[in-house]
Amino acid sequence: MNLINRFMPSNGYRQLPKSVTVHAVLLAYTVIALFPILVVVINSFKERRAIFRDPLGLPTQDSFTLIGFEQVLQRSDFGLYSWNSLVVTIIAVGLVLLLGAMAAWALTEYKFKGNLFITFLFAMGIMIPIRLGTVSILGLMVNLNLVNTLTALVLVYIAQGLPLAVYILSEFVRTIPKELTEAARCDSVSEYKIFFCIILPLLKPAMATVAVFTMIPIWNDLWFPLILAPGESTRTITLGVQQFVGQYVTDWNSVLSALTMAIVPVLILYTIFSRQLIRGLTSGAVK
Amino acid sequence: MHYILRYVMTSSNQHDEKKPFPWHLVFFLGPGLLIYVVFSVYPLLDTLFLSLYDEQNGQSSFVGLQNFITLITDETWSQAFWNALVNNFKFFAIHMLLQNPIGLILAVLLSSPKLRLSSTYRTLIFMPTMLSVVIVGFVWQLLLSPLWGISENFLYDIGLGQYFDAWLGKEGSALITLGFISVWQFVGIPMMLIYATLLNIPDDIIDASVVDGANSFQTFWHIKLPLILPTIAMVSILTFVANFNAFELIYAVKGALAGPNFSTDLMGTFFYRTFFGFQLQQGSASMGAAVATLMFLIILVGVMLFLFFIQRRIQRFQF
Repeated sequence: MNLINRFMPSNGYRQLPKSVTVHAVLLAYTVIALFPILVVVINSFKERRAIFRDPLGLPTQDSFTLIGFEQVLQRSDFGLYSWNSLVVTIIAVGLVLLLGAMAAWALTEYKFKGNLFITFLFAMGIMIPIRLGTVSILGLMVNLNLVNTLTALVLVYIAQGLPLAVYILSEFVRTIPKELTEAARCDSVSEYKIFFCIILPLLKPAMATVAVFTMIPIWNDLWFPLILAPGESTRTITLGVQQFVGQYVTDWNSVLSALTMAIVPVLILYTIFSRQLIRGLTSGAVK
Repeated sequence: MHYILRYVMTSSNQHDEKKPFPWHLVFFLGPGLLIYVVFSVYPLLDTLFLSLYDEQNGQSSFVGLQNFITLITDETWSQAFWNALVNNFKFFAIHMLLQNPIGLILAVLLSSPKLRLSSTYRTLIFMPTMLSVVIVGFVWQLLLSPLWGISENFLYDIGLGQYFDAWLGKEGSALITLGFISVWQFVGIPMMLIYATLLNIPDDIIDASVVDGANSFQTFWHIKLPLILPTIAMVSILTFVANFNAFELIYAVKGALAGPNFSTDLMGTFFYRTFFGFQLQQGSASMGAAVATLMFLIILVGVMLFLFFIQRRIQRFQF
């Protein structure tokens, strides 16, 4: 690690010692952050003996195997679990964005009785976790006959995602110049058209940020799939992996492969969207 | 109809106060509000309500605060409850002592001027935060497993081998280890938020302090730190809410029983067991609701303290 730092280009002779320390610390922490993930991914491609004999080595020609992945696919319906997660996440995020933008628009643009109260109601949802209402949510879903359906998950995740979406999107609606909507109203454009043709397109960048923030907790959630939809046909990927690892805990190839199959798609998506996500985090949208 | 529309038009032109035909409102606000109220607000209120009832043999009767008294004082319940609560405060303390300081140091380093590869470091260090808590729990369970021996060999390599233990399996160390795992995963959040605040500090202020002869430590202590305190306070309250709501990590690594001997039990796992039951104990909706209500109160008190106490002090700092 020191070697790498010594050869890192740095700015100016005088700053050299300081910037070397900075790089050393950051690089060390990057290794701490990535090492556990890499070890699991690397070992999922190795034979059982190699996993134990040389856990840190890369798979060689002798030790390379895909047996773990084959077993995971054979023993469990990983395709279905991923599909379930995808369906739930996409529908829930899509509706959070649409309904959230509509509500944010209504709450910031129109003055009406109860506006402040509803704004406050949504704001509460940012801090108070929805899972505290689980006892009643389960009862509700039983009454609505929605237990073990993806619809139950979608509905709960919309309710979970809306508060933050409304908050962030309201902030953005406020930055849209009044003249734009005033001009449209003078031309007697309908309120619906104003929203869908003028406001919604302007909200796109903010919606991308909201989408990322909403997506992650939904995709990663274990609590609601475990309680509302534990059935084999509605299992999400997080629940599927949890159950699979619990069942085959002694089969290292399978466990490592199952974890890798859950990790890699998320990391690929993350590298694609990381700029969007980090911009959202650092732009102060969530402050 | 026509009259109303005309009235709306004129009034909006005159006072800049729009009073459109309410159907717009119903259309825009209705669907979102309906789903939010039915699946979030109502269940929460209903849970608070339910905690005052006792349902036995399918009949529910009003019992007032009896469920709470049982939780806090009854021999079979109170031990588990206080255990979970104390563990949860320990879990939170670990986060406050490690996650925020490490996040702060990383953010300060990342924001050092003209740092190369800054965005690469940022992206990579944030990576674990994206993964599911369940996956992270399993990954660390494997890494710390004495069977596999990765951690053991690593400690031997740096000369600390004799200190290795099956930390996740021991009563005294399991909770702390899980706290470390959680800190490892979520350190990216304070890092990112503090980093953003640091970037927003105007260069003028920093330059002024340099001109006045402050060294970089003094600049940090007297200029930057007071300005990032609001962010640290916000991260703390986010951590508080998340910790008192944590469930997945314990459930994935230690199961619903939060072993060994309930030493890793948090409010979240206690809530789950109370509601769904385990082994000999039957699940109870009203007792589950009572635990959820207590969690709600704890979180509410935490958020209030943040809003009324810390936030006010920080504002004084800013002016």
